[in-house]
Amino acid sequence: MSATSSGIRFDSVTVAYDGNVVLDTFDLTVEPGEVMALLGPSGSGKTTALRAVAGFVRPASGRVFLGDRDVTDLPPHRRGIGMVVQQYALFPHMRVEENVAFGLRARKVPRAEIRERVAEALDLTGMGAYARRHPRELSGGQQQRVAIARALAIRPGVLLLDEPLSALDAQLRSGMLAELARLHRELPDVSILYVTHDQVEALTLADRIAVMDKARLRACGTPRELYRSPADEFTASFVGGANLLPVTVTAGGVSFAGADVKVDTSSAAPGASAVLCVRPHLVGLGDGPNRLAGTLEEIQWRGSTHRLFVDVGGHRVMADLRELRDPPAHGDEVTLHFAPDDAVLLPAGVDHD
Amino acid sequence: MLVHSRKARWAVWALFLVLFLPLFALPLLVVLGASFATHWSSVLPSGATIANYRAATRGEALQALTTSLVTALVASLLALAVGTWAALAAAALNKRHRKIMDALFVLPVAVPSVVVGLAILVAFSQPPFLLNGTRWIVIVAHTVLVTAFAHQSVSAAITRLDPAYAQAAASLGASPAYVLWRVRLPLLLPSLTAAAGLCFALSMGELSATMMLYPPDWTPLPVLVYAATDRGALFTGSAVAVVLMAATLLVLFGVSRIRTRASYR
Repeated sequence: MSATSSGIRFDSVTVAYDGNVVLDTFDLTVEPGEVMALLGPSGSGKTTALRAVAGFVRPASGRVFLGDRDVTDLPPHRRGIGMVVQQYALFPHMRVEENVAFGLRARKVPRAEIRERVAEALDLTGMGAYARRHPRELSGGQQQRVAIARALAIRPGVLLLDEPLSALDAQLRSGMLAELARLHRELPDVSILYVTHDQVEALTLADRIAVMDKARLRACGTPRELYRSPADEFTASFVGGANLLPVTVTAGGVSFAGADVKVDTSSAAPGASAVLCVRPHLVGLGDGPNRLAGTLEEIQWRGSTHRLFVDVGGHRVMADLRELRDPPAHGDEVTLHFAPDDAVLLPAGVDHD
Repeated sequence: MLVHSRKARWAVWALFLVLFLPLFALPLLVVLGASFATHWSSVLPSGATIANYRAATRGEALQALTTSLVTALVASLLALAVGTWAALAAAALNKRHRKIMDALFVLPVAVPSVVVGLAILVAFSQPPFLLNGTRWIVIVAHTVLVTAFAHQSVSAAITRLDPAYAQAAASLGASPAYVLWRVRLPLLLPSLTAAAGLCFALSMGELSATMMLYPPDWTPLPVLVYAATDRGALFTGSAVAVVLMAATLLVLFGVSRIRTRASYR
């Protein structure tokens, strides 16, 4: 029963609970074989979007397609999707192999084939040696792998991952990220919808990222596009940290807190107010182009880096610097600089309700 | 630990014993003592004998024990089936309808069991449901009385059950019936056996409704205890009561063994 349908399409999907709109005219297409990350803070509607694909919430309006099949009115068990949730939801009364075989048994796959495909799915996730264990005898990372094996055993065309790594500690998480990337290379036809609030997971795994906020899609693009040239303030601040500095456009640059800053202003008219987005790690200490002078408010040592919070004319500017040999002290006068190419001019945040 | 100082802990223990011994342990011990006695005129019973037990484990008493066990078994299985079914159905309803359903199922507990007994007597004394005079009227009454407890404990367990399990199963392609049979019921099993034990114990001890309903050939053990004490045979009655207690505890112990093997988390 290999899935014929691959790819997901939301066609202006709106979901409301008791008149409360949690997903607002959501349009998004996930291509066959693509990894799409839904990134957003909690309450942004990203999990609702995933649950609409799985069939656990019913859209108030709009359609959901898997491949070219309209699944909006289908119950979850007829959709043929694989899903992994945050707490894994492994069946505690079944052994690992029974968990993985569950979907196949429910679909009445012949017994010999079940055995084969369970072994295959467990091998794919490196859990072959644990087939006879119960879920309670496994660590969090192992349970995670079993949950993925269980979802993959039914050979879904679409895999839904709902914050799959958030219950793991930081070290395991980075290992599992690599593992998920490998899985996707081995199953290039499976479309993956990956819900997360963690920008690192989204940047690492996704082919494209859909940024969500307040029930709406904010931006959608490749990680590089969203990181290098975010379209609005929310995207800039959510995809990687950002300094968002209120500026006024002048001829050939912008003015920030009384200082002239050279950036590309082709998108804005002189005199307009705008927001300058500069990534903290692209800000340097000392003299250079686009010099900003200020007072050191706060300095955090993070091992390999120092993070400086500098007060420049009443605005706080963050700078991430490689570990400093002689870090400045609180209240010191410091100068920062950044290359004109490293800053992006955004329209002033009028739509940021 | 709620109480930290050693003195306070002793005080709590003392208070516990002062309350527990006279209220719970002593009455049971007295019954146990009386069941081995022929006289009780001073502080302690006298005239040790096991004749009471000889009477309590043969003939009429033995038959009453079987009657009680069969009634309790059938009633608690029926109550479990009905209560679980209703609880599962109620879980799929919206909040208001669920409240109405819960209220309906609590009724037999809220209403005095004498009233329930009378109601059943009146309801089943005429065709088409002529059960009066048969053992079925006793079983029906017990079922009605204990279903409330089965429903309550199973619906509490269903509320606690993480919906993620059923959803994961559904996403894997399992139909609702398959999910119920292979995921939800197995996960509810510990609560189901607990509910069955509770129903069994309640049915074993039921007297007030039974008194109004039992036919001569279906006399449960509590009725026999009552009849014995009523005619003044306190010591024989005590022995029968101890048999009732022991049989109930034995079954409950067996049920609790099932529960420990069925609890997965």
